[in-house]
Amino acid sequence: MLASRLPARLDVLQSASGVFLALFMWLHMFFVSSILLGKDAFWHVARFFEGYHIFGKPYPILVSGFALFVFVMFIFHAALAMRKFPADYREYSTFRKHAGELKHGDTTLWFVQVYTGFAMFFLGSVHLYTMMTRPESIGPYGSADRIVTDWYWPLYLLLLFAVELHGSIGLYRVAVKWGWLEGRNSAATRRNMKRAKWLVTVFFLALGLLSLAAYIKIGIDHRDNYGEHYVPASLSVPLEPRQ
Amino acid sequence: MSKSSDQTTGRETQTGVSDQSARRLTIKILRHNPQDSASEPRFEAFELDEAPGMTLFIALNQIRDEQAPSLQFDFVCRAGICGSCGMLINGRPGLACRTLTSKMAPAITLAPLPVFKLIGDLSVDTGAWARQMGERLKTWVHQESEPDIDRLEERMEPDRAEAIYELDRCIECGCCIAACGTARMRRDFVGAAGINKMARFRLDPRDERSDEDFYELVGSDDGVFGCMTLLGCNDVCPKELPLQTQLAFMRRKMARVK
Ligand code: HEM
Ligand code: SF4
Ligand code: SF4
Ligand code: FES
Repeated sequence: MLASRLPARLDVLQSASGVFLALFMWLHMFFVSSILLGKDAFWHVARFFEGYHIFGKPYPILVSGFALFVFVMFIFHAALAMRKFPADYREYSTFRKHAGELKHGDTTLWFVQVYTGFAMFFLGSVHLYTMMTRPESIGPYGSADRIVTDWYWPLYLLLLFAVELHGSIGLYRVAVKWGWLEGRNSAATRRNMKRAKWLVTVFFLALGLLSLAAYIKIGIDHRDNYGEHYVPASLSVPLEPRQ
Repeated sequence: MSKSSDQTTGRETQTGVSDQSARRLTIKILRHNPQDSASEPRFEAFELDEAPGMTLFIALNQIRDEQAPSLQFDFVCRAGICGSCGMLINGRPGLACRTLTSKMAPAITLAPLPVFKLIGDLSVDTGAWARQMGERLKTWVHQESEPDIDRLEERMEPDRAEAIYELDRCIECGCCIAACGTARMRRDFVGAAGINKMARFRLDPRDERSDEDFYELVGSDDGVFGCMTLLGCNDVCPKELPLQTQLAFMRRKMARVK
């Protein structure tokens, strides 16, 4: 009997789903950080994904649909990558001891990936479910109210660190795992990729922390008007289907 | 050794004139004899004067001669060729015969390589591992027809021969296995040395096996797809084999098998 081709396919899909999620998270961060350009900028980004600029009217169901798609990829990736988790306490403690003795960067980074991946099971699920079920609330006031008054800021703070560490380590690992861009001098390429990985992590962490701070500021100022929707300068009345 | 004596004799160390200038080394060794049911794994510390050009091989022999006649460790070639002296040196797998004490802090910790069967103290059975790996991966040239031993062998491109030789430099010391988090968690994982061997035979024009055949041997989560690209293997290999490149190469080839 021929050996199953499944392990090969699963390995490719694990990398592909991880790369999709990691690149999506980059775009996502750029959209979210539009709040740093002002409330109007973020309002337009949020409405854009509801098709407002195409149909003249927002359809939040589009955002629900996309959030569902990302959620499916997220679950799919988690299910595949979970196969690599230490299976029991013996494996876990063996790896832990090993990483402690070896003091080897990439080995320790894998542990970071396992921890952050595990944390995202919970953190990411809460966020994605909210985006699926409350898409119309996304906006300068709605999101800021959620972050401050609804107490999402601790969740987002943890999720930010988990995603930025996990995603960039993951991209680095995919590149060395499949030998992408390896060139003639694989050691030098690996060093450079690792440097790039840290720069990417720091850049997105900084952008994320600044954006989160901006939402927190808006949320605190808006606490007494919780639930009110933002009306951009260009409109005089809130959009339907908002109240 | 105290800081002050270090300073007063520092100059003489440079010229190597004075014997007092030698550093005093403390070598902590994990000792255990699995044959003896009364034996408990324990660390024992030995002190000795460092000599110029001293390797751990020399230090261990001196300890055995002068302080611990029962100390077990393996050496054959003393030149990084036979692969028998692999051990954990301050937690990192390496060859004792190729490790200069002068490159290390004076407190050194030695332990046997994990994963392999412990014979005693620093001696482990890498031979049994290498044999089972060879049998499992069928690490020999496979040909359909009997080779005609009266005829000259087919010529090989020098570049090809060079590339095979590069991968053939593996001395089966086991360091890559001991440095591999995957191999330590999952006993059936082939490890970098095994995947490197597959890459070596895949390169060999005399070996008639196809990628489908190699897939049968390493196309599983105990083979190339089990590797989590931690690259401990690549970073400790004392022969500096291009393990990172070979692992990625075999992974790509095996992922393409229809
Ligand atoms: C519940 C959520 C998640 C879990 C449990 C999880 C778990 C893991 C684990 C354990 C690995 C290491 C796999 C290995 O070593 O072979 C991994 C790899 C990876 N993850 Fe995640 N992850 C999650 C979410 C994410 C997200 C949101 C992203 C994007 C930012 C992401 C991107 C990646 C990438 C790019 C890799 C490398 C893929 C590979 O090595 O083939 N993951 N994930
Ligand atoms: S690949 Fe390197 S570390 Fe592994 S057994 Fe061969 S020589 Fe030793
Ligand atoms: S890359 Fe990592 S998991 Fe793969 S063989 Fe090397 S040490 Fe093991
Ligand atoms: S004694 Fe042969 S490699 Fe060290």
